[in-house]
Amino acid sequence: MGRIVLDKVVKRFGDVEVIPPLDLTIEEGEFTVFVGPSGCGKSTLLRLIAGLEDVSDGAIQIDGQDATALPPAQRRLAMVFQSYALYPHMSVRKNIAFPLKMAGLPKEEQDRRVAAAAAALNLNDYLDRRPGQLSGGQRQRVAIGRAIVREPSAFLFDEPLSNLDAALRVGMRLEISELHKRLNTTMVYVTHDQVEAMTMADKIVVLHAGVIEQVGSPLELYHEPRNLFVAGFIGSPKMNFMTGTEATSRGAHTIGVRPEHITASFDSGAWKGRVGVSEHLGSDTFLHVLDTGLAESITVRVDGEFSARHGDTVWLTPIEDKIHRFDEKGDRK
Amino acid sequence: MARSVTNRRKTINTMLAWAVGLLIFFPILWTILTSFKTEGEAIADPPVFLFFNWTLENYSIVQERSDYMRYLTNSIFIAGGSTLLGIIIAVPAAWSMAFVPSKRTKDILMWMLSTKMLPAVGVLYPIYLLFIQLGLLDSRMGLVVVLMLINLPIIIWMLYTYFKEIPGEILEAARMDGATLREEIIYILTPMAIPGIASTILLNVILAWNEAFWTLNLTAAKAAPLTAFIASYSSPEGLFYAKLSAASTMAIAPILILGWFSQKQLVRGLTFGAVK
Repeated sequence: MGRIVLDKVVKRFGDVEVIPPLDLTIEEGEFTVFVGPSGCGKSTLLRLIAGLEDVSDGAIQIDGQDATALPPAQRRLAMVFQSYALYPHMSVRKNIAFPLKMAGLPKEEQDRRVAAAAAALNLNDYLDRRPGQLSGGQRQRVAIGRAIVREPSAFLFDEPLSNLDAALRVGMRLEISELHKRLNTTMVYVTHDQVEAMTMADKIVVLHAGVIEQVGSPLELYHEPRNLFVAGFIGSPKMNFMTGTEATSRGAHTIGVRPEHITASFDSGAWKGRVGVSEHLGSDTFLHVLDTGLAESITVRVDGEFSARHGDTVWLTPIEDKIHRFDEKGDRK
Repeated sequence: MARSVTNRRKTINTMLAWAVGLLIFFPILWTILTSFKTEGEAIADPPVFLFFNWTLENYSIVQERSDYMRYLTNSIFIAGGSTLLGIIIAVPAAWSMAFVPSKRTKDILMWMLSTKMLPAVGVLYPIYLLFIQLGLLDSRMGLVVVLMLINLPIIIWMLYTYFKEIPGEILEAARMDGATLREEIIYILTPMAIPGIASTILLNVILAWNEAFWTLNLTAAKAAPLTAFIASYSSPEGLFYAKLSAASTMAIAPILILGWFSQKQLVRGLTFGAVK
């Protein structure tokens, strides 16, 4: 249950083709994350799967059945929206029970399932409140509760954590991951935050201008980005890119090296530069090294004990076998 | 930083607000007072304010001379009927404009509003002829239709702005939760829009109640509402101010009371969407 296949799906808004023909298979029980910068078409893609937008061309299959023309209500999918989209005039209990009521379940069954969902999501004390009386995190839980009671074949999440503060976001991230482990249901999750994508996904789909740049596990994308876009998008801080002799001497047009794959020293190394801004995180420090002649700034991750001050001269050495090579078109060599 | 308001300024502002309020209310107050005077006192010079012989005579004469209840029933029928009909037509219209707008939606809204700029007299003749042809002259049904059409642009505009305030994602959530279009409307949209629908109804009842041009021109006796009732007291044989005032008071009393009890809704309705 919950296998979703997109077959040459196209979406046009008027004359603008936001998603050119796209093929993608989301396997049963998989946690798939669509990630990309804003405007890349990831939300549109999710809404096409949900049925909230009509596909202009191509087909969508859910569990082997053609769902291209099915209305959202008949696709057996549940969705959690960015704004939570709770029904403001209903209590939490009625919000969670709404999909069950629409499905025509008997009252006792509705109550039983609402109670189970509320217990699983720590909402027992809030069942009689209105959404307006809840905090952001609680609203998010109600939205998830409303999605799980129906036991859908897949969950769709549209940037569900972007309205929460940083601490709450980390907590909810774990809760959603745990929910996935427990239910083992297909989840499709849209985010622009690559950290969310890396930490939660079984499979990441990197989108850029409506086109899939790469599909793979988080570590595949990290270790073997297929092109410059994926290399730059996955990983935090961003990968450093260099062109020129450093690249050509390694047989590439552009080389990329991640901040964690460069060592810094005050005495000797391959590249000489001057320390600009240092960002201290405690365990690690990110140095932004200027005037290397290779790139405007090279970001390096060093140990938190490494005490470099603004203006100091440092020597950088890349770990040779961790260097990524790209050709003129930006594809991996 | 919050702006500090001194006590003196507060007092002055309060007094100013009261003064403006009284100024606006004064004609109504004067009408009500005059309705309790004798005809002689009503035209006394200098005018008397509170110290006169309070009398209910005017009310009994007015009641004797004309059948207030018939006018009242007509007013209720016409104001209520035109508003109800208007809402039934405007809800789906505002709906589609708010949730499935097309490129021309804004133009259509402007065009509808522009019909309100046409002087009513301009279409009196064709409508009058039409009413004769259709046998609608001096009928309540005819007035219901005309007043509905007159106020329809306002009803649609108001409902449109209310519906615009309802986030589309909530309706989409209902769709995902398995609601059909009918269920979406019954369980989600209507309950969320009820405050808006209520204030739209209220405002339009008031507008239709006070509408004088069409009601005076298209009725004679049978369908005449309270506006005609007042007008009948400005007779050619001379004005009877006290009786006219009594008639006016009786005509505005129901709507004044309705407005008083629903002022919260009204204010909300008129300022809705202005502030979050």
